[in-house]
Formats: sequence, structure tokens, C-alpha cells
Amino acid sequence: MIDGFLALYIFMLAAFTGYEIIARVPVILHTPLMSGSNFVHGIVLVGAMIALGHAETPLEMSIGFIGVLLGAGNAAGGYVVTERMLEMFKSSKPDAKAVSKEAK
Amino acid sequence: MIWLPSLIKACYFLAALLFILGLKRMSSPRTARGGIVWAGYGMLVAVLATFFLPDMHNRGLIIAAVLIGVGAAWWSGKRVAMTAMPQMVALYNGMGGGAAAAIGAVELIGYVRHGLLAQGIPDTSPLRPEAWAIDALHPIVTVVALSPIELALGVLGALIGAVSFSGSLIAFSKLQGWLDKRFVFPAQRAVNLLLLAATVVIGILLASGYASYLLIAAFFVLALLFGLMMTLPIGGADMPVVISLYNAFTGLAVAFEGFVLGNETMIIAGTVVGAAGTLLTQLMAKAMNRSIGNVLFGSFGASGAEAQAIDGAQKPIDAADAAVMMAYAERVVIVPGYGMAVAQAQHKVWEFAQLLIKRGVKVKFAIHPVAGRMPGHMNVLLAEAGVPYDLIADMDEINPEFPATDVALVIGANDVVNPLAKTDPASPIYGMPILDVSNAKHVIVVKRGKGTGFAGIENALFYADNTRMLYGDGQAAAGELVSELKSMDA
Repeated sequence: MIDGFLALYIFMLAAFTGYEIIARVPVILHTPLMSGSNFVHGIVLVGAMIALGHAETPLEMSIGFIGVLLGAGNAAGGYVVTERMLEMFKSSKPDAKAVSKEAK
Repeated sequence: MIWLPSLIKACYFLAALLFILGLKRMSSPRTARGGIVWAGYGMLVAVLATFFLPDMHNRGLIIAAVLIGVGAAWWSGKRVAMTAMPQMVALYNGMGGGAAAAIGAVELIGYVRHGLLAQGIPDTSPLRPEAWAIDALHPIVTVVALSPIELALGVLGALIGAVSFSGSLIAFSKLQGWLDKRFVFPAQRAVNLLLLAATVVIGILLASGYASYLLIAAFFVLALLFGLMMTLPIGGADMPVVISLYNAFTGLAVAFEGFVLGNETMIIAGTVVGAAGTLLTQLMAKAMNRSIGNVLFGSFGASGAEAQAIDGAQKPIDAADAAVMMAYAERVVIVPGYGMAVAQAQHKVWEFAQLLIKRGVKVKFAIHPVAGRMPGHMNVLLAEAGVPYDLIADMDEINPEFPATDVALVIGANDVVNPLAKTDPASPIYGMPILDVSNAKHVIVVKRGKGTGFAGIENALFYADNTRMLYGDGQAAAGELVSELKSMDA
């Protein structure tokens, strides 16, 4: 188990990290970034696996099973959606140059 | 196998590092695509490592649940249209919240079971009614496995996760159009407050060791109900802010449950998302000129004051005239809104803009910070159609240019161009910064009918002297404009 104060330090540093990452982001990336952070908290899957891995009664096992199911959905869905959004940002880059040259 | 625990710890460390680096890369357009891949590898490493943790049981069940969950989400995520992205984010976010709540539930149930066993009460199957009320009012003295802090954070994480779960599902249903009515009744705020108070009291009881199966069940039912009741009265236009807030909530819940499980990666990833999500929520609320509290508790559009009546009539124009107007204009600004995306008109609109550019017209796209359903959503949709970045301008950049603009073409946008936001203090959107399209010499509004917008507010722009209405579905109207332009060239 983690020492309480150590955890407090982790909380504090991680909170600053999250704040700093978002603070200077252009508006166009807000949606992908929200989706990306949505994927990152899919790490809850790991916790749900641990909970199910230590479940002993049928009730605990069924709740744990639902937890893993939901956590896996969060992680996989978050990844696919974010990747699809960012994919378009990449593909529009070369187009952008070509078109603006055409325009001139 | 003495090295196995260290290897697993190293994997968790690597995962946390990859998450932070991935998010950092996602915050710049050039590296964004690599960012999600990095974070993806982090997730893969963490999940694989977890599978090899010593003394894990039910591995078959775990594999089955992971496969089903990943399969369903992958399939739905690949198929969903770009316009529906916001509600999918809400859905996946709700699943994360539900998973955090489930972890809390398993921990709490295990805690009660161990406690009862330690007191010599043999059969404590929670499915047997007589086990439910046992010791409802006596603290479980023998604390097994969980310290008071862990218990408290576990309960808190479960509460936040459950609220995020049911709330996100409501947000999803609203954006999906399954629930288009706002659910309002008198004394709603008082009822919600009571619900929250009851949930918190039970939570405190649980956290201080007065745990029983009955209390746990009551706790989760109340928490889920509160998430439901809290989200139901919020209008669809405010959903982006709400989704972003629940995203931050889920992050926090994950961090707390990570503390209970002694998993540092969960703490770090959850807290980073919690902090980033909170800031993002504030940015969004600011773009709409409202506070988060106002979004959550102020019943939008239900203000008692009478809104100004609008004189005059909407003046129609047909596609041919509109096309001529723009073809001989010098500067055209296109203002797309969510209506354009719903009609899947962005490709046609871009085709039209390209034709104008070919004729020497200076075309720009103006994007309001909350156009679409999330900040940046409209940029994503235009990027999908292939509109280059340098033609897309944001609000502060384009507003001074409207007086020099010949034609402003508004497609599917409504509240973000409503001048009442500046002139009518009784209007629910009063004070929201808007795109000043009414300053342009001519305004053409493409709109399906004469009704009000998403927020249900009359738009004075539609009645202005320099405004002409081009009625029709966004896709069809843009198609007509394209063919009119082409026939002019022929």
C-alpha cells in the first residue's frame, strides 16, 4: 500500500502536470484532447482487472466483470475515437499546402 | 520469479510516463497523432502487466470481459460518424466512471464480508435477505485490508464514478436525440440537494466503518439517481461543458480508486485527467460566458423575464440570387454551425468555397468557440472535408473584418450569431460573445425552417434588413449553390 503523504505528493504533481499540458493548447485541439484524456482514464481497466482478480463471491465477481467490461470499453472506444479525429488532422496537412498554392 | 513484481512495477512506471508524454504530444497539432499512439502503447503495457500480477484469480472471466468490452467499443468507435463524436466521448467516459464505481463496490462488499467473517458470522451471502441488515448500525471493528483513508477515498471515488456514469449516459442520450425534452419540475434543486445530502451521509457512514450490504446498495442507488437527476434538467446546448466536467470527474474517481488499490499509474493518469479536464471545462464555460455553476444549476432558457419581441419579417432569397451575390463579391465569410455538420454539408460547402476562390473571391471560414458540440468540434469537421487551416479564422480574428465583408454566409449556425446576445439583457444568451455577422454588408442564412435554434431562442439576425434567408437543408442548399455557380461559368 502507498504511504498517505507520498500519495498526496503524487496527487499534487500530477495535478500540475495535467494543468500545464492543457494550459497552452490551441482551441482546435480541445476536442481531440478531451477525447485523448478520456482514453487515458481508461487505465481504470487495470483497476477493474485487479478487483475482479481478487473477487471471491459470485456477487463480487459479477460486479467486477461489469467493471472490466466497462473499463475495456472506455479504453478501446477512447482510443479509436481519438485516433480517428487526429487522423484527419494529419491528412489535411499536405492538402492544405497544395490548396493554398492553388489559390494563389 | 522473484523479479516478476519488479518487472510489473516497471511496466506501470513506463505506462504512466507514456500517458504524460502522449498527452503532451497531443497538445500540438504537429505531434498530436503520435501522441495517441504513445498513450495507446502505455495502456497496452499496463494491461498486459496487470494480467501477470501474482495471486490474480478469475483470469478466464477477465479475458472474456476484456474481449467483449474492447470488441464492442472498437466496433462502435470505428463506425460512428464524426458529427456524433461528442456523444461517443460521453458514452466511453460514462463507462470509465461506471468501472471506477464497480471497483469501489467490489472493495466495499469485500470489506463488509471480511468484517462479518471476523465477527464470527458465517454465511453472509449478500443475496440472502437476513444478511442485509446485519450490523447496519454497528461499526465493523476488525478492519481488514483497508485503512480509514483508503476506505474514505474508495467511497468518494465510487460516488464520483457513479454520478459520472449515470450523468454521462443522460448526456449521451440527449446528444443522440433520444431525450430531447428538458426534465424540469418545481423544487428540483431542493430535491437534488436532498438526494446528494442523503448520498453523502450514507457515504460517510460507510467510510467510518458502519458498513452493511443494505447501506452499500442504498449508496449506489442514490449516487446513480443523483447523477441522473443532476443531468436531466440541463439543456442540450450545455452538454459539451457537462461532458467535459464528467470527464474530469471520472479522472478523479480513477485516481481515488487507484489509491485504494495501491496502483500509482491509476493515481497519476486519473489526476492528470482530472486537472486537465477541470481546466478544459472552465475554458469551455468561459467561451459561452457562463460559469460552471450556472451551467449545472441555472435552468437555461427558463428565465422569467420577457424577451424582446422582434419586429419585421424574414426575407427569403433563392439559390440563384444567392450564388450571384457571392460570385461577384470581394470577400465572403462562411459561418458554419452544427446544423451544417448534421446535414453532412461540409464537403459541399467546401466545394462551393473552392469555386468561389477560383473566381478570385476571398473566402474565409469563421468559427465560434462553441460552434459544434465541443470546442474545436467544427475544426475537426472542416478538417474532415479538407478545408485548410489558413482559411479558418476564430472569433477574435474575424470580428473586426465583418464590416469589410460583402457577404456572410451562415450555414446551420444560430445562437452564436444572434445579436440579441449583445442587445437584450432578458435573453438567456445575453453576454455570450458572438460572431458579428450582422456588420457584414449582406447576410445569407441557410436554414431548414423558420423555427428557433438548439437553445430555443428567437434570432434577431434573421429579421435584420440586410439578411436574406435561403430555406432548405444544408446539404441541398450547398448543392444548389454549387450548381448555380457552375452554370454561371458554363
